[in-house]
Amino acid sequence: MLSGWFIAIVATAYLGLLFAVARFGDARADAGKSIISANVYALSLAVYCTSWTFYGSVGRATSGGLSFLTIYLGPTLMLLCVGVIIKMIRISKAQRITSIADFIASRYGKSQLLAGMVTVIAVIGVVPYIALQLKAMAASVDVLLDHSGSSVEVWGLDSTFLMAVVLAFFSILFGTRHLDATERHEGMVAAVAFESVVKIVAFMAVGLFVTYGMYGGLGDLFLRAAESPELGRLLQLDSSRAGTWTALIVLSGLAIIFLPRQFQIIVVENVDESHLKRAVWLFPLYLLLINIFVLPLALGGLLHFGGQGVNPDTFVLTLPLARGAEALALLAFIGGLSAATGMVIVETIALSTMVCNDLVMPILLRSTGKFVEKRNDLSGLLIGIRRAAIALILLLGYIYFRAAGEAYALVGIGLISFAAVAQFAPAMFGGMYWKQGTRAGAVAGLLSGFVVWLYTLLLPSFAKSGWMPSGFVENGLFGIGWLKAQALFGLSGLDEISHCLWWSMLANIGAYVAVSLNSRPDAVEASQAERFVDVFRFDARNTEARLWRGKASPDALVQLLERFLGAARARQQLATYASSRRATDWRSLPADADFVQFAEAELAGAIGSASARVMVASVAQEEDLGLEEVLDILDEATQVRAHSRELEAKQQELEAATAELREANERLRELDRMKDDFISTVTHELRTPLTSIRALSEMLHEDPRLELAARTRFLSIIVNEAERLTRLINQILDMAKLESGRAEWTTGEVDLGEVARESMASVEQLFREKDVALSGDIPESGPVVLADRDRLTQVMINLLSNAVKFVPGGEGKVHVKLGTAAGLVRVEVRDNGPGLTAEESSVIFEKFRQGGNTMTDKPQGTGLGLPISRQIVEYFGGNLWVESAPGAGANFIFTVPLPAPEE
Amino acid sequence: MSKKILIVDDEPNIVISLEFLMKKEGFEIAVACDGEEALAKEASFRPDLILLDVMMPKKSGFEVCEALRADPAKAGLLIVMLTAKGRDTEVAKGLAIGADAYVTKPFSTKDLVARVKTMLGVA
Repeated sequence: MLSGWFIAIVATAYLGLLFAVARFGDARADAGKSIISANVYALSLAVYCTSWTFYGSVGRATSGGLSFLTIYLGPTLMLLCVGVIIKMIRISKAQRITSIADFIASRYGKSQLLAGMVTVIAVIGVVPYIALQLKAMAASVDVLLDHSGSSVEVWGLDSTFLMAVVLAFFSILFGTRHLDATERHEGMVAAVAFESVVKIVAFMAVGLFVTYGMYGGLGDLFLRAAESPELGRLLQLDSSRAGTWTALIVLSGLAIIFLPRQFQIIVVENVDESHLKRAVWLFPLYLLLINIFVLPLALGGLLHFGGQGVNPDTFVLTLPLARGAEALALLAFIGGLSAATGMVIVETIALSTMVCNDLVMPILLRSTGKFVEKRNDLSGLLIGIRRAAIALILLLGYIYFRAAGEAYALVGIGLISFAAVAQFAPAMFGGMYWKQGTRAGAVAGLLSGFVVWLYTLLLPSFAKSGWMPSGFVENGLFGIGWLKAQALFGLSGLDEISHCLWWSMLANIGAYVAVSLNSRPDAVEASQAERFVDVFRFDARNTEARLWRGKASPDALVQLLERFLGAARARQQLATYASSRRATDWRSLPADADFVQFAEAELAGAIGSASARVMVASVAQEEDLGLEEVLDILDEATQVRAHSRELEAKQQELEAATAELREANERLRELDRMKDDFISTVTHELRTPLTSIRALSEMLHEDPRLELAARTRFLSIIVNEAERLTRLINQILDMAKLESGRAEWTTGEVDLGEVARESMASVEQLFREKDVALSGDIPESGPVVLADRDRLTQVMINLLSNAVKFVPGGEGKVHVKLGTAAGLVRVEVRDNGPGLTAEESSVIFEKFRQGGNTMTDKPQGTGLGLPISRQIVEYFGGNLWVESAPGAGANFIFTVPLPAPEE
Repeated sequence: MSKKILIVDDEPNIVISLEFLMKKEGFEIAVACDGEEALAKEASFRPDLILLDVMMPKKSGFEVCEALRADPAKAGLLIVMLTAKGRDTEVAKGLAIGADAYVTKPFSTKDLVARVKTMLGVA
């Protein structure tokens, strides 16, 4: 059914669709309505899942079991470091970074040497990875055609070559469609996101088909697998491989940002930092989903084809075909095609930018200065170089594929590539967080790491493929035992990846740190270090302006821009820049440091920071700033920053102080109001007895013939009210003394039992008059506390007279109980009176608030007894409270702490 | 027919003195010792004038005054507020809610009698 031509047409149609998506994305970007949303960004990150994932995961799972998962755990963990990635994005935006090579070069003084080195490492590391994609596509076509029994060979060229040509063609269309050479490609990102959707749909469709169509679900598959000892092993975590797991997690975590295509997508193509927040969970979710069916597919394939020698890497295709599901197989093929093309397109675009900006341009600029000067518009040349680079990289990939074939060098290449790009990590992270890192250090680190990688990983893989003698692996270089490529210095027992990662990182980080500490940065390096490490606080405009001194002609700068960006784009950018400086026309702007900075940034977006620096220097007469001078300026900037921080801190202090003052004022106002209320209440309390006294004495005075009975009655009331008045005044003064802390205390050893007995004796008369029973439960010689005897007696009498006031005459009972517990003396005065509500239980301790609320039992107290008693008890470190409920009597309790036992 | 006065206060000694004072002047007297009782007595006793204390349990003098003034049938009833709180705001409040006079404690018996007589038109 599936003829070669049919497959070719479907594949081409699919690529056409991709192209339409990309066109749409570009058109929307041009119209200013970007379709790059957080979801699109997150999906485009899945360009990480190549055909190595699509076909290879299943293959890995058939031999390594669950270890395939590490490749997806690393990225998930890395993405959790949102702060690091945000910083990378912020720096890249500020510096108009075009690639990872540009990033590293720019940080270390816009170094062409470093840019070139990173580019070379990336190309060497990644070309075999591209070859792997071609191999996967070729293999998938073969599987489909074998099945239908026909084959495709056009003009004597094999299908893989055709595939490479088509891919080169599409990559050129995607990545270098624009004539203006800028660093971002929204259409490409849209297409990649679309491909991510296609590949996950295809993979899950196959997974569902195999798991539920061919077998009875996940449970069934795992049960059957567990029955076979061979397959059961795949389901278990192998602890002896823990070292490998760690290495794989670290490697894949680094790869998710340092593979050129990943850096391109995550950092360069990012349009909005906030998109990252979505990607942080959406991308790991994507990885989880695409991995769910890996193990079921591996087990299903092994069970189905057991012993038939079917390549596990092709299970995704062969399983549906085995059941005649050709449409599904075709969908799987399209999914694999998506995975491979997505990777190849983004990778070649990223690499071509690096090759163009960081290898070709420097050479062109140096060797053929005149040639460059002769051309007016160089933007066409830039595009041309990139297109050639894309074609060349794919050609290299194809050649490698042809040469390697089924050899080991191809199968293991995914991880070998990861290990290569991991070498960028020290220079990158160091550059972002460590100002002392220098260019010399970065060069030394990269070089050492790369050499170790070459010797311990890439060359041994060549040797295993039989391309070179394997003596250096088996016996060590020149027969020296500790130079064995995969057991350096006798470190054996590790797998090759862990071994390489360990030694290369040791060499890389060691050289980077050691050389950095022993070398001095030049002026440009020092200022770039500042801009990178302090990107979040760098006061750009001000400091930039002072870091450049010289003379430039605006015409020469504009000419430079027009030549590299193309006239139209140059004018557009100039207009935007002019309006940002509030000028109507760029011609009215002086060619000052800011203008030069703008021009250099624009150029950097097109040709990379290192080349841009060289070009700007060629048209401007620049005054070299010495390192000391640059450091002074940066130091000053730091000081200004420190001052403004100090100022901010001062302001905050001031605000805090103001708030405190306001609060204090509020408190004073509240106190004033309370005092006012207090005086008003005191006045009221004093006026009440005075009213009776005045009215009655006036009447006595007016009418001397008043009959004797009335006279006696009035006089007795006057005497009582006068006593009440005296008591009230005494208590108010007492209270005031207690509250202000001016009360006099005579503290000594007091026998509380004695105090209780004496108090009870002194109120005996009151109780007898009202016929209330008073009983006590007090030890013979009571507990001794340190307190004021008279004051405690005052408290006791107050509680007792309150009690007798409230209990009913005749059947009233008051009981006093005294005991010690937990270092406290506890005195209880319990009555069988009407009791108190919960609200009353707390208000009675407030000044002038009395219990009882009807005229008949209006108490004769002043409303100050309990507050005073509480003050006294609290003065000695105790508490006074009441336990009561309406109808259940009241139990007033106070405690006084026992003196601490003497040693 | 002698005029009727209702005395409302929660201090028994003040009630005793007011009662004695007003009886001596020939008024007919009734007594209440809280706000609720005051409203009940007003309904049964139908006084011409009320001597009304402000700070009382159950219902304050202000509340009693408001309740009485809400009934248009009692528009002729005279209300004299008696209070130990002499702040200006309280005086203003008492007059605003419809009291006819506001007397602060302690008061002069002579002045109070004269005031009451004037208000009742028996001077």
